[in-house]
Amino acid sequence: MRLKVGDTHEAVVIDKIARTHIVKYAGASGDFNPLHHDETIAKGMAGYPSVFAHGMLSMGLTGRMLTDWLGPTALRKFGVRFTKQVWPGDTLTARGEVTAVSDEGGKQVATIRVVTVNQDGDSVVEGEAVAEV
Amino acid sequence: MLFARSLLDVRPEFSDPDHPATKALGGMVTPPTFVQSSAHWQPDYPLDLTRPRTGPPPAHRGDGGGGGLGRGLHAEQHYEYHHPIHAGDTPAVTTRPGEHWEKQGKRGGKLLFSETISEYRNQAGVLCVTARSVGVQTERAVDQ
Repeated sequence: MRLKVGDTHEAVVIDKIARTHIVKYAGASGDFNPLHHDETIAKGMAGYPSVFAHGMLSMGLTGRMLTDWLGPTALRKFGVRFTKQVWPGDTLTARGEVTAVSDEGGKQVATIRVVTVNQDGDSVVEGEAVAEV
Repeated sequence: MLFARSLLDVRPEFSDPDHPATKALGGMVTPPTFVQSSAHWQPDYPLDLTRPRTGPPPAHRGDGGGGGLGRGLHAEQHYEYHHPIHAGDTPAVTTRPGEHWEKQGKRGGKLLFSETISEYRNQAGVLCVTARSVGVQTERAVDQ
């Protein structure tokens, strides 16, 4: 695969996230923080409008966009900030844009700006990845 | 496979050991955020209060609000990948605290940030993944 600065890739990584998706991620990751599945605690004790998705679920879904695009072992680095919470019913679209490409001893190394947005266009995850492609 | 499924990921390299694409990689590999599931093996993992334990439950972090769990949020996560983790590997993790800092937030009051650095090595001692996690404790629920 050849990449050049300005190349982009975009994918809807989850459509109307369900509480069941969030629970499944809790089980797979081991993160059983009740804020992510127990509405009584999320609303009553913590003061949130409902449960919300693990940041790492949003990052994992964003990672799926990257591995679908670049391959399962291409990533050298992947880092994000969690910029907004993801609520049940949200639809997330992950986008990557190549911002730099360098040649390291015959290997093509690309830097990719990563943003995942919800259905309102608000970013929920922002970060950067470095991939050998 | 369960982890990949929870991310709606059906790539054969993450779930099907017999697929030609998987065999070409020398066996199943893991999705980029897979090491997060190491929580299952962390004996005093604080975010699973219902886990059966032989010893006393982990102490709350004493951060007030929502019973100790309500004010902690995950702010950032960064990974560096050095070597693939294959199915059948038995990675071990060492964890150390990183930086701490404080800032006044617009939506959640005073914010206390703290970093944790984790290094995951496989059974041969090869460094596979370095993870840097940034957590934040907020004074109140983040305004929506």
